[in-house]
Amino acid sequence: MNMPILLPLRKSSAMNVDTLIARRHLMANKKQTLVAMLGVTFGIAMFILMISFMVGVNQFMEDTMLSSVPDIHIYNDIKTDYSASIAKDYYKNKNTLIAVYHPKPKQIALNIKNADGIINDLKTEKGIDAVSPMISTQVFYSYGPVQINGYINGVNIMEESRLYDLAGKMTDGIPENLLTSDRGIIMGHGLADKLNLKMGDMVTLATPTGTTMRCRVVGLFKIGMSAIDNIRSYVNLADAQQLMGRDKSYITDIDIKLRDNTLATEKSIAFTKKYNYKAEDWQTANSSITASNIVRDTLTMVVSITLLVVAGFGIYNIMNMTIKNKMKDIAILKAQGFAGKDIVQIFLSQSVFIGLLGAISGLILGFLLSFALSRVPFPKNDFVALNFFPVIFRPSHYLFGLVFGVITPFIAGLMPSLKASKIDPVIILRG
Amino acid sequence: MSIALQVEKLNKHFHEPEDFHVLHDISFSVNKGEFVPVIGKSGCGKSTLLYLLSTLDTNYDGKIIINGTKVTGKSQNELARFRNENIGFVFQFHFLLPEFTALENVMLAALKLGRLSKTEIEEHALDKLKQLQMDGFAHKLSTKLSGGQQQRVAIARALINDPVMIMADEPTGNLDSGNTKIVFDIFRELSRNKGITVLTVTHDLDFAKHADRVIEMIDGRII
Repeated sequence: MNMPILLPLRKSSAMNVDTLIARRHLMANKKQTLVAMLGVTFGIAMFILMISFMVGVNQFMEDTMLSSVPDIHIYNDIKTDYSASIAKDYYKNKNTLIAVYHPKPKQIALNIKNADGIINDLKTEKGIDAVSPMISTQVFYSYGPVQINGYINGVNIMEESRLYDLAGKMTDGIPENLLTSDRGIIMGHGLADKLNLKMGDMVTLATPTGTTMRCRVVGLFKIGMSAIDNIRSYVNLADAQQLMGRDKSYITDIDIKLRDNTLATEKSIAFTKKYNYKAEDWQTANSSITASNIVRDTLTMVVSITLLVVAGFGIYNIMNMTIKNKMKDIAILKAQGFAGKDIVQIFLSQSVFIGLLGAISGLILGFLLSFALSRVPFPKNDFVALNFFPVIFRPSHYLFGLVFGVITPFIAGLMPSLKASKIDPVIILRG
Repeated sequence: MSIALQVEKLNKHFHEPEDFHVLHDISFSVNKGEFVPVIGKSGCGKSTLLYLLSTLDTNYDGKIIINGTKVTGKSQNELARFRNENIGFVFQFHFLLPEFTALENVMLAALKLGRLSKTEIEEHALDKLKQLQMDGFAHKLSTKLSGGQQQRVAIARALINDPVMIMADEPTGNLDSGNTKIVFDIFRELSRNKGITVLTVTHDLDFAKHADRVIEMIDGRII
């Protein structure tokens, strides 16, 4: 007659009671909750700030580098092997040992033979965005009595512009000016400053072999690296060939821009093999920058993880203290039928809540700090063209921060919570 | 009359600091609706016995059957659920959660059981408080109540899931004679009118005098 009445179990209230208790604990110790939360907040904020800044710096370095270095550069490397000698041909078929002592290097043409063929072939290749043939030579720039040493690049300006986005780096004029003017020259900003050249001025170029040419300044560019802006100028390919006394097919370098520059290494190896000229990818040409990127990334990770681990220890401490204070409560809850997993849930959810709230406020703080930093003017100098500190805002960083901000308190809270669930209520209830 | 609690050959040892045989071959049974004080000198093992019966301490030899269910050998999770449904606890100290009001303290175990909706539980809990004349203090924080009031809230808490048994460890140990009388009358009323079995460890001989039956212990044995 005393049959237990089977009512449908309303799981929700049973599940909620654990979170209800957790919430009360958090609210009862607001100050302590806040302190634990701030640990995570600062950890995550610093992580966001550091990674945004470091990746910003990396990106800036890479951009600057790529604005002056092609993805792949094909050129005729000077051979340093002087062991071959025509003496061998003369004495052939005789048992003679031939040794030429200290030979002088012979004159070699550094041009790429069949450059047109290679360029046409490259243009049919997949994944290539732009191909720019080029010749380069050392010149003296003279304007009035001043002479300055530098380089000119003879280029097809439209191709070159696609490679390096020259249009966006012109401080005066446009790249197309080179095509519409007779013997025009687009000059590096620093170089023009030194010579006090303005748009429309005539400058004389003199090669080491003695030939000269007068050109009119039709544009000024500023890439942002003094090593380039102070010495380089662009002229039409034909003008450069004429200045050097070479024919129309004389090309010394081919610069390539890829659609995906991460493929540069494998492509460059393939090109070296295919065309039998040296093909160098941008990573190899700038291995020092790639290396410093790795150093910065590692540093960011180490510092961020340290901050989060410290925050994790803070939470661990506070949870341990809370549990020590709540021994009686845990004992009576267990007596009343709360299982070990309920106790774990009560305390772990506090820890995760602290983490979640800390992480979210950390992301907001991190964003604000990063934003503030991105508005701080960068100290002016001649070497880098930076107006503000380089900061990058990337959603993946924020997602990573959030995940890490939740996982760290979870792990930190797990141990004290498990300990709490193992408390023997008898010892406490007996007093 | 049906049997609420049956105990067979209960033996218990303490191993720390040295081996000590606390309970010797304890066997007895209690009927439904009985009010049974357990008395005896300090250290005779009466509290230890109570904690074995309450399923909180599972480290013993023998067999315990509560309301027809053998609790010996059940897992901790099963026991937690069993206590939640069947046993109400009252201790010398009230053990109310300080962050919660009197009403909420009473409600927690029912919320855990999850059989009723929150509003039904609240109604139910208010009933229990009314039964103990504590309904006027329902929305006060438990820390703001006096010792006697706290103990009455603790008793209401023990009743919330309509348990078959109430186990009490020195429930009047901290109370003055007035409050002791109140608690005694409540227990009495519960066993007589609601058919709840009340098993309480006590020092209070007055308390024991008026009970249906007394279990007296000496040196780990029932006499």
